[in-house]
Amino acid sequence: MNEITCECGHVNPEGTVLCEACGKPVEDNQHLNGNENQALLNMRYDGSARRSQTYNRTFIDKVWNFFSSVKVGVWLIVITLIASAIGTLLPQEMYIPPGSDASTHYKDQYGLIGQIYYQLGFHNLFSSWWYMLLLALIGISIIIASLDRFIPLYKTLKTQKPKRHDQFMKKQRIFGKTESDSIDMQLMKENLKKNRYKVTEEDGSLFAEKNRFSRWGPYVNHIGLIVFLLGTLLRFVPALYVDDFVWVREGETKMITGTEGQYYIKNEDFILENYDENDERFQEAIMRNGQPVPKTYQTNAVIYERTDDIVVGKDPELKEIKEAQARVNHPIKFENYTLYQASYQQNEFNEMTFKLHDMDDEDSSYGEFTIDLNDPETEYELDSGHVVVLGSYFPEYELDDGKPVSVSKYPRNPAFVFNVYPPGESDGEPEVSFAGIGANVDGSGENEFKVGLVDFDVRDVTGLTVRKDYTLPFIALGGAIFMIGVIQGMYWNHRRIWVKPKDNGVWIAGHTNKNWVALKREIEKSTKGTGIEPPVDQQELKD
Amino acid sequence: MKQSTLKKKKKRLIFRTAMLAVMVGLIAFALISNLKDDKSVVAKGEQAPNFQLNKFGTDEVVSLDDLEGQGVMINFWATYCEPCKEEMPYMEELYSEYKDKNVEILAVNLDSTNIVVERFQERYGLSFPILHDKNGQVMDQYNVSRLPSTLFVNADGVVEEQVVGPLTLDKLDGYLNEITPET
Repeated sequence: MNEITCECGHVNPEGTVLCEACGKPVEDNQHLNGNENQALLNMRYDGSARRSQTYNRTFIDKVWNFFSSVKVGVWLIVITLIASAIGTLLPQEMYIPPGSDASTHYKDQYGLIGQIYYQLGFHNLFSSWWYMLLLALIGISIIIASLDRFIPLYKTLKTQKPKRHDQFMKKQRIFGKTESDSIDMQLMKENLKKNRYKVTEEDGSLFAEKNRFSRWGPYVNHIGLIVFLLGTLLRFVPALYVDDFVWVREGETKMITGTEGQYYIKNEDFILENYDENDERFQEAIMRNGQPVPKTYQTNAVIYERTDDIVVGKDPELKEIKEAQARVNHPIKFENYTLYQASYQQNEFNEMTFKLHDMDDEDSSYGEFTIDLNDPETEYELDSGHVVVLGSYFPEYELDDGKPVSVSKYPRNPAFVFNVYPPGESDGEPEVSFAGIGANVDGSGENEFKVGLVDFDVRDVTGLTVRKDYTLPFIALGGAIFMIGVIQGMYWNHRRIWVKPKDNGVWIAGHTNKNWVALKREIEKSTKGTGIEPPVDQQELKD
Repeated sequence: MKQSTLKKKKKRLIFRTAMLAVMVGLIAFALISNLKDDKSVVAKGEQAPNFQLNKFGTDEVVSLDDLEGQGVMINFWATYCEPCKEEMPYMEELYSEYKDKNVEILAVNLDSTNIVVERFQERYGLSFPILHDKNGQVMDQYNVSRLPSTLFVNADGVVEEQVVGPLTLDKLDGYLNEITPET
């Protein structure tokens, strides 16, 4: 390491632009801050030695220096912004129609561009590995670039001496020479103190400084960002973050996904209330919408905890822990989980009641029977002694090549094959018929009896989002630190004033990181009555 | 060069290496966790997680752990899944042969109503145990998203093969042979 010993005697680390103690420009290093042939000094980082600019020996140093560059950081951010923008051009995977397969959907809908979009992972941008990598690289860049600037700046501001080199003074933006032999340095000191400056002295030179802490604002702000990023990283730990979804039918008790089998929910009732179509106030809006507008969705639920050892698939022993309602914005909370009312499906069939009657007389009746569509019995004996056997049951019936099949297990369009046995003829040939919604087919064409639908009962399905989130405090903390950093850097300015006695008077210089007008005003106020002429703004003069 | 500067340089190298290592570690953690989320079906070479289900329409309980020492084929299916219907007869055809060789077939069914499955079982004349995964919990546990999906588990409880989609008779025979315990 080639240390630089200044004429003031201070030993500076390699790469120093302005001596840490007296501010004298280090001749060979002026190019680092672009100071060559400039009338004024570039004061960024107070001319401290950003080591990344000088050390480049090992592989680790090279990696370090790459991330230390603000230019690299800005490019990473720009690339991430462009990627995020592209990600909005086509819908994200979560918004494509339910049930469609992403691997074919994008190609079918958008052609080659869609295919490329999908292949590159734009369809699920925030979870694509390269997008996450970009965010991570930004994180690294923030940490390294901040460290590489904060530490030297901190050291320099700590080492600075009240007595500054002539070169340093002359090349400050605010600078003035006063030639006079009646100058009241004591009053100047008092005035500066009155303006809440911290004043130190060395060999008669005055140094007044205020609000140095505002220089740490950007670094505090970056710490906030890092805490925020780490908070989002914690979301990958299942113990800290769960985001899942569960469908529960009315009357059904179901394991709550995401709770590792620990909790169960029973849907007692799902309530959907629409705005009153007869109310004048709503009529126009409802007309415009073309369909009823929901007012509330609500799930009345009971939450259970499993008390026996968890074996997947085994029927659980449950203990009720809570009875609660979930409405939009009013979730059910239990233990550390929250259930949000998120979706619903209506009008799934629950029960169907049939009546056996004579083929040609709908008013006759041999008795009724009710089928629980979620657990139908194999046969139903009627009051009259007739026996109806369920030959087949199709929960969601469709015709496939002329044959009835079921396309799911949910009773959305139930249909049955009934075998009817007259009293005492259970060994004989039954009468076969097929019945569903809007269909009733006589199997032989010569049936004596008909099984007719009398009544049905529907039920709703509620969709709840299951959430557990311990990461929020981290994210909130990150946000708070971020804001503190912003305020710290924005509302205060780091101001410094140097006064140096010369043979025939004094020199005065000033520097601030922003709001030069206020600095000039404070200097003017402080010099009043001291015989020191207010300095001029050399930048303004030049312009 | 002075002793102190050498020391300083070494310290800096260690600090930078440590910082970079920690950050790379965090990134690796994030990327791997993210990848795991998308993973489907318990992978080859992993231990098959235990479950316990009722045999359809009975109170008889079957638990995977009880079958240790046997080869187990776990087939996820439902009556409303067309391709499932194709492979059922093949499974029936090979069942008795492999049953004698200490290989069990567990057909994990995802229907909700007994009668539907009973009728299916009668029609196809199935003799291997059909287990009722009422709420799809076992399916969730095994991360199965498409029916049919089949896992072949060897005598040590390790997943030897996993197949998404229907099987042919030849393939089924081959895989069952793979998980047949040596005697």
